[in-house]
Amino acid sequence: MLSRGAKGIAPEERIRSFAGGMTLRQKLIWAAAAVVGAIAFGVVALTRGEPVNAAWLVVASVCIYFIAYRFYALFIAHALGVDPKRATPAYRHNDGLDYVPTNRYVLFGHHFAAIAGAGPLVGPVLAAQMGYLPGTLWILAGVVVAGAVQDMTVLFLSTRRDGRSLGDMIRSEMGRVAGGVAGVGVLLICIIILAVLALVVVNALKGSPWGAFAVSCTIPIALIMGVYSRFVRPGRIGEMSLIGAVLLLTALVYGKTVSETPALAAWFTLSGPQLALLVIGYGFVASVLPVWLLLAPRDYLSTFLKIGTILLLAIGIVIVRPDLEMPALTKFVDGTGPVWPGSLFPFLFITIACGSVSGWHSLIASGTTPKMIENESQIRFIGYGGMLMESFVAIMAMIAASVIHPGVYFAMNSSAGLIGADPANAAQVISGWGFAVTPDLLTMVAHDVGESSILSRTGGAPTLAVGMASILSSFLGGQALAGIWYHFAILFEALFILTTVDAGTRVCRFMIQDLLGNAVPRFKATESWTNNLIGSGLSCALWGYFLYQGVIDPFGGIWTLWPLFGTANQMLAAIALVLCTVVLFKMKRERYAWVTIVPAVWLVVCTVTAGLEKVASPDPAVGFVAHALRFGSAAAAGQILAPAKSLETMGRVVFNDYVDAALAALFAVIVIVMVVYGVIGARKALSSSKDTTVEIGGAAVVAQ
Amino acid sequence: MTEMFAARARFFCERVAETARLMVGVPDYESYVAHRRKDHPGEPVMTYEEFFRERQEARYAVGRGRFGGCC
Repeated sequence: MLSRGAKGIAPEERIRSFAGGMTLRQKLIWAAAAVVGAIAFGVVALTRGEPVNAAWLVVASVCIYFIAYRFYALFIAHALGVDPKRATPAYRHNDGLDYVPTNRYVLFGHHFAAIAGAGPLVGPVLAAQMGYLPGTLWILAGVVVAGAVQDMTVLFLSTRRDGRSLGDMIRSEMGRVAGGVAGVGVLLICIIILAVLALVVVNALKGSPWGAFAVSCTIPIALIMGVYSRFVRPGRIGEMSLIGAVLLLTALVYGKTVSETPALAAWFTLSGPQLALLVIGYGFVASVLPVWLLLAPRDYLSTFLKIGTILLLAIGIVIVRPDLEMPALTKFVDGTGPVWPGSLFPFLFITIACGSVSGWHSLIASGTTPKMIENESQIRFIGYGGMLMESFVAIMAMIAASVIHPGVYFAMNSSAGLIGADPANAAQVISGWGFAVTPDLLTMVAHDVGESSILSRTGGAPTLAVGMASILSSFLGGQALAGIWYHFAILFEALFILTTVDAGTRVCRFMIQDLLGNAVPRFKATESWTNNLIGSGLSCALWGYFLYQGVIDPFGGIWTLWPLFGTANQMLAAIALVLCTVVLFKMKRERYAWVTIVPAVWLVVCTVTAGLEKVASPDPAVGFVAHALRFGSAAAAGQILAPAKSLETMGRVVFNDYVDAALAALFAVIVIVMVVYGVIGARKALSSSKDTTVEIGGAAVVAQ
Repeated sequence: MTEMFAARARFFCERVAETARLMVGVPDYESYVAHRRKDHPGEPVMTYEEFFRERQEARYAVGRGRFGGCC
């Protein structure tokens, strides 16, 4: 262990004043970084008509990250009153298990692995429909001013409170009612997140025997790993992961043979509804099995594969330096895009959540990480730095989505209701939007990656996979390996999404048991098998409902569900930032409170506007109610509107519209309630003359 | 010179392995043993296998566990 107590802190780790104290040489270096960043940014933002190289995007982002980390993050450490002399929970409660003082680089890896997921990979891909520029600007501005600030501040608050969770902190700092409202919000996010992620997997695997075979193989592979690490060689994580990785690669390569053998392929060629039911069934079974058998080994495999793939993609982008085929701006900034509905404001800002600001991280930053921080001075590196890294993953996803032909991008991401199911028709429709593409190109791309069709593979993962396959195959293996790389990318996304489905169903189950336990106390016993079966069944039914609705939705589920997911995620970020603001007021540091007020206000404006527009916009493409009324009155008159095919589908569309409208309204209401409680809390703190926070382990407890 | 390089490489590899283990929720076992010996002398110390199982259960324990992976 490299652990050092507060005493052993090297001088450079101490909190420096955020602008002063630099030598002339340092000043010159930072000035150079600013100039290089500005030039790269200028190239990215101002070039028109010719393709921009991805390297400019990488250089611009990295310069912005470094400058933000060196200056703004230091200022935030100063604003929070980070105290390197104060003993952290890792020292005060050291038990060698949960609370362990941990080397900051090791902990950075732990924290990053916990926050990085499918979100930063999918959001930017969907946002690329407006061109790469709007999304990139929001990723960079969002992370510096909002996302990284949220992660760092929540991590700081939780470290000052023995690593307590976000919900606990909201209850103790803002009251029980605010805590309860936030709790309902978190449960809703869980349900929507599970549904939308499962939908991404279903859309990537439907009609794809290669992908479906490789992904279904992960279940027996995980079982083998689980048994190995439980009975054969207990606790040998490295060995079991190696065995798992080798088996996984074998399954991946053999998947090609499966897809080319009609008798085998028939088994793994599944429709959307079939896959949806399988995933729901999987979620139920997996969440009631012992963790060591399936969840843990899958988690190990997916974590290592995730980190490895992210590194590989970064290396690929640096070596290949591909040109961005997507224009900087497309005509869809006006809100008429085929991937998701709505105009740039507010919908771009909820489409890209993870990567710029993600409420989810506030749950992670108040989870295991604060219990292992060695010193408060490292909160900047782990909280702010970890989020910058996640943001870079989002930039890479944006690059991967932009290196493929725009015509192919729109063919993959538009629902079948818009472009039809055959390449000739799709090419004609997409060319009509101004992105010239031939049917041959669409079939050729599908053939190259070993699929029968790439049309309407919505959800981001397949698009990312095509982008990754094109980047990785141009430096490893060439065209011959494009199919392998494509399915590798699909496998890697599906693997960790299914792990999330398993873990998430358990979390949902717990929250449901907690909630229902208030009415039926017996239901609170989480050790009871009956309770767990009922709880898992309920949570699978809840997210399964939205998943199934998305799969059979004639508009393509991503169109409907992704905006709801984004609104929910940004709602949680707004809640977390309101908490941070209230605590800053309570700490009597209100002169710095703008640091969290600015992003909180922006997120509240975005989520409330988005929520209200989703409910009340008169445009049926955006507003759920307007859409329901249009379909409802048509159905009453006995008409059938495309893409619905029967009166029964019409009725279902109307019902789902009302459910979605109710959810969107609920999100807006939750945000507004939290803001009201936040204002009350801040005013109360202002009227008090002393610090009123509920911290644990005051400054008196000095580090050993 | 080569010895110093080898020592450094070993140190680096150990840190990487430690990071990988912590990524899946298993902290450093030696630190745990050192902590038990120093602060709880005479009390039982879990073997690595027990330690691994305890940590695995804790990582996914319903209610106090974590939610794997962000959105």
